[in-house]
Amino acid sequence: MIHRMPITRRAALAGLGTVLATPAIRPSFAQSAPIKVGVLHSLSGTMAISETALRDTVLMMVEAQNAAGGILGRRLEAVVVDPASNWPLFAEKARELLAVSKVDVTFGCWTSVSRKSVLPVYEELNGLLFYPVQYEGEEESKNIFYTGAAPNQQAIPAVEYLLSADGGEAKRIALLGTDYVYPRTTNRILRNFLISKGIPESDIMEEYTPFGHSDWQGIVSRVKRFAGEGKKTAIVSTINGDANVPFYRELGNQGIKAEDIPSVAFSVGEEELAGIDARPLVGHLAAWNYFMSVESPVNTQFKALWQSYIKNPRRVTNDPMEATYTGFKMWAQAVAKAGTTSVDAVRTAMIGQKVDAPCGYTEEMHANHHLSKPVMIGEIQADGQFNIVWKTPTAIPAENWSPFIPENANRRRG
Amino acid sequence: MSLAVLPAAPDARLRLGLRAGLGLFILLLAVMPLLNLLPVSHPLHVSDFLVSITGKWICYAILALSLDLAWGYAGILSLGHGAFFALGGYAMGMHLMRLIGPRGSYGHPILPDFMVFLGYQELPWYWLGFDSFPFAMLMVLLVPGTLALVVGWLSFRSRITGVYLSILTQAMTFALMLAFFRNDMGFGGNNGFTDFKELLGQPLNTTAMRSGLFYASLLALVLSFLLCLRITRSKYGRVLTAIRDAESRVRFLGYDTTRHKLFAFVLSAMLAGVAGALYVPQVGIINPGEFSPANSIEAVIWVAVGGRGTLVGAVLGAFTVNGLKTWLTSAAPDLWLFVLGGLFVLVTLFLPKGLIGLAKGRTK
Amino acid sequence: MKHPLLAFLLLVALALPARAQDALTAALEGLGTGFNQTAEAVDRLGASGDPRALPLLRALTEGRLLRRADGTLLIRGEAGVIEALAGAPAEAAEASPVRLNNRVRVALRGALGRLQLLSPDAAERQAAADAVFRSRSADNVAVLETALGRETVPAIRDRLLLALAASRLMASDLADKMAGIAALGASASPEARAVLLEMRGANPGLAAQIDEAVAAVDRRLAIRRAAETVFQGLSLGSVLLLAALGLAVTFGVMGVINMAHGEFVMLGAYTTFIVQEALRTIPALQPWSLPLAVPIAFLVTAACGAALERGLIRHLYGRPLETLLMTFGVGMMIQQAVRLAFGAQNREIISPAWMQGTLMLPGGVAVTQNRLWILVFSLVVLGLTVAAIRLTRFGLEMRAVTQKRAIAASMGIRTGRVDALTFAFGSGIAGIAGVALSQIDNVSPNLGTGYIIDSFLVVVFGGVGSLAGTLVGAFGLGTINKILEPWAGAVLAKVFVLVAVMLFIQRKPRGLFAQKGRAADA
Repeated sequence: MIHRMPITRRAALAGLGTVLATPAIRPSFAQSAPIKVGVLHSLSGTMAISETALRDTVLMMVEAQNAAGGILGRRLEAVVVDPASNWPLFAEKARELLAVSKVDVTFGCWTSVSRKSVLPVYEELNGLLFYPVQYEGEEESKNIFYTGAAPNQQAIPAVEYLLSADGGEAKRIALLGTDYVYPRTTNRILRNFLISKGIPESDIMEEYTPFGHSDWQGIVSRVKRFAGEGKKTAIVSTINGDANVPFYRELGNQGIKAEDIPSVAFSVGEEELAGIDARPLVGHLAAWNYFMSVESPVNTQFKALWQSYIKNPRRVTNDPMEATYTGFKMWAQAVAKAGTTSVDAVRTAMIGQKVDAPCGYTEEMHANHHLSKPVMIGEIQADGQFNIVWKTPTAIPAENWSPFIPENANRRRG
Repeated sequence: MSLAVLPAAPDARLRLGLRAGLGLFILLLAVMPLLNLLPVSHPLHVSDFLVSITGKWICYAILALSLDLAWGYAGILSLGHGAFFALGGYAMGMHLMRLIGPRGSYGHPILPDFMVFLGYQELPWYWLGFDSFPFAMLMVLLVPGTLALVVGWLSFRSRITGVYLSILTQAMTFALMLAFFRNDMGFGGNNGFTDFKELLGQPLNTTAMRSGLFYASLLALVLSFLLCLRITRSKYGRVLTAIRDAESRVRFLGYDTTRHKLFAFVLSAMLAGVAGALYVPQVGIINPGEFSPANSIEAVIWVAVGGRGTLVGAVLGAFTVNGLKTWLTSAAPDLWLFVLGGLFVLVTLFLPKGLIGLAKGRTK
Repeated sequence: MKHPLLAFLLLVALALPARAQDALTAALEGLGTGFNQTAEAVDRLGASGDPRALPLLRALTEGRLLRRADGTLLIRGEAGVIEALAGAPAEAAEASPVRLNNRVRVALRGALGRLQLLSPDAAERQAAADAVFRSRSADNVAVLETALGRETVPAIRDRLLLALAASRLMASDLADKMAGIAALGASASPEARAVLLEMRGANPGLAAQIDEAVAAVDRRLAIRRAAETVFQGLSLGSVLLLAALGLAVTFGVMGVINMAHGEFVMLGAYTTFIVQEALRTIPALQPWSLPLAVPIAFLVTAACGAALERGLIRHLYGRPLETLLMTFGVGMMIQQAVRLAFGAQNREIISPAWMQGTLMLPGGVAVTQNRLWILVFSLVVLGLTVAAIRLTRFGLEMRAVTQKRAIAASMGIRTGRVDALTFAFGSGIAGIAGVALSQIDNVSPNLGTGYIIDSFLVVVFGGVGSLAGTLVGAFGLGTINKILEPWAGAVLAKVFVLVAVMLFIQRKPRGLFAQKGRAADA
């Protein structure tokens, strides 16, 4: 399943070779068996739109790592399967990767439900999964490393920004989301957070839509009406993937400008914007831990590597891709440190690993299996890129068990 | 529509051959968990993965049987059988969720995790009773059965047949999918139920439990098969086949076609529910995706591929298509949809009687 | 004696603008150093009332204002880079664009509004009036009164009056405030309502008057909102109609269940994308890519439909259920083929200017342009379809074949050809629907799957074989859905509609417009 490397890519890979920690010798792998890297991302069905880019990212990293000499002198071999956006199939494919293909590590999953579906399998068979997407938190498995953001690394700072002078001092918040667990939990956390900031319940609107919702007329006009009560209003959007394009179109067409009702989104990145004309959306916000527009040497290399790998100088990078990249490099370092791919040894070695991530900060894996990450707020620009208007001075650790969910107080430990 | 494409019954020699083949196949399945106990190095060793995935296929085979009873024998092409399967699965899932008890990550004695973090204060009324295994099993049969009774009664009484019924049942499963996706329904929304711990006092993730579920499924398959065989060979079954081929004529002969069809439809829905209930503890998750109309159509295609109107065909189809799917989603992740889609096209065009029809052609 | 005087006069004459220049330069202080400083500078520029600030502010809005490290502000124009205010050509090296955030944008809108109130361009004045209305500051009263004195266009006058009323409400004078409340209360504008509510907290003494004014606005808005809900319903209906119309032909007329119908819609959307990309090299045709895509998409999907009918479906006539399964397989393959060819990501379709934004209908009912056009378009497509079936030779043959195939054949009609053409026709309509849907939905390989079940329901609900039924079914279901939505939420509204249709079909299995006679027994 490994792509053959054409000569034109050598330059970029040579550049990466110096970035990667392993010595840049020409790969001359010994007879030892390859290290197997499972890739568990949907290549068909509704989630293919988001997940195929992550599959390509992992394949790119495997190729680059092999060009730089592999790990422990062993070649890496990717095992790609298609769980087809079907959650029971995710569990089946996870079992297959672990039990049949005997992969040493898996990079995969996007939706929370796919992760929940494979979690028991990884725990039972003691596998290792790197999950690269921002999520609702409220989870911590010894077999999963979460390289995306927890709510305190994305949602809360973003809403704080909306309430600040720079963000327009919003007094009324419309929480719009797709009806699944990430928006529900995030909005519950945000609701409690907003109340703690003195915003009354009556000034919070919450509405959910099904997956792939395409008719936003009614909801957008209800938001307009909600905003017409004489208080500065902002939208917090946890709308998922596909539904965003029609939502933003409707926002633009109904003349909602970011100056009047700014919106901040947690699931809209460069990839989603690549599918729409971004001009009417200028000024709307997104909160992530990475934007393609970040200026850092690592990001420059990351973007060059990606665009040469995918053979398209216009292909964008986004946050989950960066989280995949960071997770992969951390895993490679941990394996090198442990001297083995054994799951228990790698798990121990993972804690405390640091990587200079493309976001321009050094991210560290903590004992709660979550990364410390910087938070950035970006404004949509006409070209579909983000202009970073605010960011945290340092990477902040994850609170995967949110203090804004009261039940966490009597949660069982361990 | 679709008259006389199907044989009344395959000829005796073939029937014998098929039965023998099926018997052998079931025997083969029955020894799989035993072979699993052999050391890994042994040439006859069967991997955990193969056992667990075969258990899943057995459940699909029961679903295919139930669909074949409705479509192949009664002529009711339901494109919503996935809904009955999923409802049976949800009933089982609710039982499994209740059994987690205080072992959830929030340690709540009664409420499942998803209710805790969505801020539920108490269990919704429709969750009561599901802590009891017999009650849950009753619901596995009753919930799909009742839905089938209502939908079937309304439709058959109005003489909705053929493609209209297909579209109607498709709309039914679609509506249920949308409804179950809502978190406000109290069924866990998109995530559904997962992270089950135990069943009947036994932890789920042990080899013993997995073998137990495997044998339970296999037993259910054999019993369903025998039940369907009994029904289709009875006088009632012949009336059913007659209704499939010429409903008006049967009605004019004085039979209450509505009642005949209704019985088959409800029984079929209950079988599908049983399949779903056995499926859930084996795959470890149930969520509204099971209601998706594409799943129901796929199940119909298993039956078509195997050969509708023959019980062996339904079982064969379920194993063939799912086996292919498992193999191809790993072997050719970018191309498997072409192979599977192409198979559906070829089978409907060239093998109207499915793979069984192929065998029949040989014997002639 | 003369010379020094002259020199003095000259000095004065030069110094006056120079002093103004100084004031403007002083106002620029801090612009581009930080968002807050920029916003304050913009506020100062707006307050200056100096029209020379206009090019600078416009450049800032459009991202053409650059700042050099030494603090010099430059404007990038078509002719090159010039120094802001001074206008001298300049070197753009090491200059970076001044960045905006929403706070700066709000300031910019207010400042530009103030400066453009007296602009000779009517559209600019109208935008300015709206902007000043939104920025609502008591300082604007004088400017607005001047502008009102000169304004002749009634629509702009109305907006200016609203803006004046809002600004007066901010003033300290009680009589002014009362006048403002009365003027706002007499309007039917949601923005006016928002201003009134906003001021309610700051003026507890006027609460009763404000409540009364809000109630008056609400009464006027109620009718308009009802009209808008109906429009939303019709718009959803038009989408359903477009998606279902092709099915009404292939399923309704021919009895073929084509599960790949959604994929044909998707192919139509991708054709739109291809046409748009192909025209990128021909700037003159670019704005017309969407209308041009309509016939091309029709031809492409019609050809696919004909191939599908001749190659596969033809062998399965009389077996609708097998056709259903077979076309499901075909749909899977088309979807994956598109995914491999174009990638799984969404493709960007640019909306032409005439399909963007909101249109005000008489009575102040706001409708979005793209949805209005799609509504019109769906009716045109329906009309053409009806005409093709009723008025053309092909339509006649088609009706003959569907009514009694054997007799039609004996009359010399080549039934096989008619079947292929009919199926191609239905598929072509699906392609056209795809062109329209590319304007409101994602252009991705999954585009079609979302519409297939709704389409079948619309056709069955309306009555198989009846285009009038499809029309009424689509608009009826769309409107009911939108009326239910505010109460039930988007998901439950849809579930209710689905259940209602299912129950309806139980009562009237042949749908709203049942076909009578033999054809109905097929």
